[in-house]
Amino acid sequence: MLLLILLLLPLVGAAVVAPMKNNARTAKLVALGFSLVSLVLTIVTWFSYSVAAASSGTRFQLELSVDWIPAFGTHFALGIDGIALVMLALIAVLVPIVMAFSWEERIPEGRSAAGFYSLILATQSLLVGVFAATDVFLFYVFFEAMLVPMYFMIGRFGGPRRQYAAVKFFLYSLLGGLIMLAAVIGLFVVSGEQLGSGTFTWVDLQRMAASVPESTQIWLFLGFFLAFAIKAPLVPFHTWLPDAGAEAPVGAGVLLVGVLDKVGTFGFLRYCLPLFPFASKTLAPLVLTLAVIGILYGALLAVGQTDLKRFVSYTSIAHFGFIALGIFSFSSQAFAGATLYMVNHGISTGMLFIVVGLLITRGGSRLIGDYGGVSTVAPLLAGAFLVAGLSSLALPGTNSFVSEFLVLLGSYPRQPVYTILATVGIIFAALYVLWVYQRTMQGPLRGSAVLGALDTVGGPGTMLDPALSAKRSSGFPDLGRREIAVLTPLIVLILVLGFFPGPVLDVITPSVVATMNEVGLADPVGGLSQ
Amino acid sequence: MSILAQQAQLTAPPIDYGAVAPLLIILGAACVAVLIEAFLPRHQRWPAQVVLSIVALVAAGLALALYAGNSGPEGITTISDALAVDRPTLFLWGTLLALGLGSILLIADRSVEPGGAFLASAASRAAVGGGGGGVATGGGVGGGDPDPDRGYGSPDQAPTMQTEVFPFTLFALAGMMTFCAANDLLTMFIALEVLSLPLYLMCGLARRRRLLSQEAAVKYFLLGAFASAFFLYGLALLYGYAGSVRFSEIAAASAGSQKSDALLLGGLGLLVVGLMFKASVGPFHTWTPDVYQGAPTPVTAFMGACTKVAAFGGILRVLYVAFGDTRWEWRGVLWAVAIASMVIGAVIGLTQTDVKRMIAYSSVAHAGFLLLGAMSITAAGTSGTLFYLLAYGFTTLAVFGVISLVRGPDGEATHLSQWAGLAKRSPVVAAVMSFLLLALAGIPLTSGFTAKFAVFSAASADGMVPLVVIALIASAVAAFFYVRVIVLMYFSEPAPDGPTVTVPGAFTTAAITLGVLVTLLLGIVPTLALGWAGAGTFVG
Repeated sequence: MLLLILLLLPLVGAAVVAPMKNNARTAKLVALGFSLVSLVLTIVTWFSYSVAAASSGTRFQLELSVDWIPAFGTHFALGIDGIALVMLALIAVLVPIVMAFSWEERIPEGRSAAGFYSLILATQSLLVGVFAATDVFLFYVFFEAMLVPMYFMIGRFGGPRRQYAAVKFFLYSLLGGLIMLAAVIGLFVVSGEQLGSGTFTWVDLQRMAASVPESTQIWLFLGFFLAFAIKAPLVPFHTWLPDAGAEAPVGAGVLLVGVLDKVGTFGFLRYCLPLFPFASKTLAPLVLTLAVIGILYGALLAVGQTDLKRFVSYTSIAHFGFIALGIFSFSSQAFAGATLYMVNHGISTGMLFIVVGLLITRGGSRLIGDYGGVSTVAPLLAGAFLVAGLSSLALPGTNSFVSEFLVLLGSYPRQPVYTILATVGIIFAALYVLWVYQRTMQGPLRGSAVLGALDTVGGPGTMLDPALSAKRSSGFPDLGRREIAVLTPLIVLILVLGFFPGPVLDVITPSVVATMNEVGLADPVGGLSQ
Repeated sequence: MSILAQQAQLTAPPIDYGAVAPLLIILGAACVAVLIEAFLPRHQRWPAQVVLSIVALVAAGLALALYAGNSGPEGITTISDALAVDRPTLFLWGTLLALGLGSILLIADRSVEPGGAFLASAASRAAVGGGGGGVATGGGVGGGDPDPDRGYGSPDQAPTMQTEVFPFTLFALAGMMTFCAANDLLTMFIALEVLSLPLYLMCGLARRRRLLSQEAAVKYFLLGAFASAFFLYGLALLYGYAGSVRFSEIAAASAGSQKSDALLLGGLGLLVVGLMFKASVGPFHTWTPDVYQGAPTPVTAFMGACTKVAAFGGILRVLYVAFGDTRWEWRGVLWAVAIASMVIGAVIGLTQTDVKRMIAYSSVAHAGFLLLGAMSITAAGTSGTLFYLLAYGFTTLAVFGVISLVRGPDGEATHLSQWAGLAKRSPVVAAVMSFLLLALAGIPLTSGFTAKFAVFSAASADGMVPLVVIALIASAVAAFFYVRVIVLMYFSEPAPDGPTVTVPGAFTTAAITLGVLVTLLLGIVPTLALGWAGAGTFVG
């Protein structure tokens, strides 16, 4: 019941906020109110979830199941394990932050803030559905439906090339989704053969997984895998992300990179591995190769980016490689690391995206070359950038270090070669983060965006967004009170999860151990104990 | 004397009036509608026709519900086995009646196009409202058009609407109902003609863009006549093979027979060409875009929704009852047809710049998807196809209803570029259209998704997995052109001389609302309709 409320509450919020076109301030307040109530409910959910019950073999908790379409054997079934729970928590934390960040975001002419906030709430609701569904059909419905609000967010509120980016995002995802639909249908047919009557209930499908022939599994696995690989995204299915990330409004970008893309890696862990254990093991080398290519290629391209938002997108592609590496290395440590990585990446990359957004709002340019020496005029902003960057490169003491270390530690015993190659990616990470930081924040004041903002009659910057140029005359202020309030919870989370990841890992552990059992492999060396 | 003696031996076949009541009501109403045209004064015809049509459809629907409630799931044949009234027939009849009601509402509307979308005679450019000094119909809509070149009505007369379209619609509907209940090939052929002839005429009735409309009518007629000839030839060959035109006897003749299959397969091939033509399955689709574009939009809505239902109803029954046992011999050919249809619809649809042509190609792609269900000779295949027809029919009806609302100074603005920025001018229309397009693309929570799922899962279960994968890829390609319209409406700046959106009259509003509601409900709670669609199989 709690999950149903968590699912419906933002949807109700979206419906309430959408008509408030003429009263932007009320719309924002109401939307923020809904997201804060969702956060409170998520905290309640967190404490309702029993780690002890999960350790003793309860696969899903807080379950709810209603017959939906009996002819297809589908149920409206919700339930969460530890992995889904931490994802729900991540959504609940990020949404209010995104809303507060977007408070003074310039909305393109003719659009209303009510529309944007309503779309954020709709996305939140569908994301809750994706993570909480325990029926494959229901999962698929949410998986496809969540495209729609994100598509409108990019297409209606995004940057200059928003149409192109929105359509590319939509078509890429839809293609993946339809291929997955073929696999979903296939799974239904196979379950009909194996169990007598077709079903979509995850638990039943998992139970029959071991008896499905390997060749069938491989086809079905590929159908799901392709959809998740596009969503995650893994190289070479990644080309939509830099465009969508760059053109999306910053708030939507945070949700896109922070949560929406996690659906892909979550899908690997929840659907690909337990439902197709043979195929997962057979095809793991393929996925691991893509993952390592993603780590190195994403990092290299991140080094070479000239556009700040595309830079963040490419760092994400590198990070997704690490998550995939952890998932397809089949050890409970790597699984736990990958799950924690999903959360941490949402926090650190979300923060990086927000800081970049703050920078762009001030300078009016997305180009790295237009900034320089920002720390002399806006030291707090530069500091926030550094914290987000260091978290992104997994400095010990920040949250990402724990997860990256767990992934590498868990992957090494089974996949030493891939792990060693992946480690090279860490060096690149240090390079791309610190180099961007040095170029934009350190040294003397330079760059047309910074100088232009400080000097009201400054020359035209390259690639200035006209919607933002009005802000230029206001100088290059440091963080305001609202912005500090937006960034503080993220910094706190980065540090707290860096030093005390225990509570989160405790929630994750029973579920990843269960996943290990479902894959049918033992931990290589001393895995996590329940 | 001898003739009399022969007559005495003939006994009239027993007729189950309860079962065929819906059909008889529609046919009777069509005849009354002709009388109304002949005897009522001009200004009374429109209200009389509208009332008659709606009453007839509702009465037929009630008769259908009554019969469906009181009969078992096994189905009967009646009128010496010429008609089969079984659960699929009842489902198709219900679908046709509901879609017919929606179409009649669109056709009857006189506020979108002042005076209605139909012209007096297919041949004349002018003279509407002129004939016999007819009195302008009431309703207070429209008003005279000041531009004499526009070619209808003189300036002092409100344009009137030609009401022949109502009996045409009713006759076509009765033909469609007979078509999907026909239990032998001859009945089917006659029903085919009864449904086709009124449609040919209706295509040519457009008040605007006369030449395009007449070209559509002629094209449809010529190609349709050609297709009928194919059908008839196939019928003859099958009669030669089986010695009967009844489906069950063709099936019986082909079971375990030592005869050469040449006549059987040749006959089936020709028959299928005729049927595929009506269903606008590629590569027999060439008339579809021209006719969809040229016909008056309410008629296009009627054709797009109802003809598809009737044609696939017929295809389902023929393939299931007459050729179900020989499916391994013909299925390969239909694989190729289905692939061709899906690919043609999706790929050529990409290049279209006219909304109506685009929807026409989308209907070709959908016909390919439907064929997947029709080829699976299983209960799930039948019920999936039936459900798909219901879902697709209502979505299409509403799409054309919306298209008829977007108008420029010179009639409907069907060119895609004219739709740019529509969301800014009329957010409701843009939102409704987007929802319907997403339904056509098969996004979850719309009827399009449920329907696709039903058909594709039936096809997968019957061993057509590669075809399903192709179908899903074709869906992804087709999604591009649906999404493109949404992009245009929402993300583009409106053209300065762009079209206006007419405030729809009550009739059009009702039809669109009906379509949207059904599309939404079948997406979220399809259980009831799926239950009806799967209530029983064809009677042999």
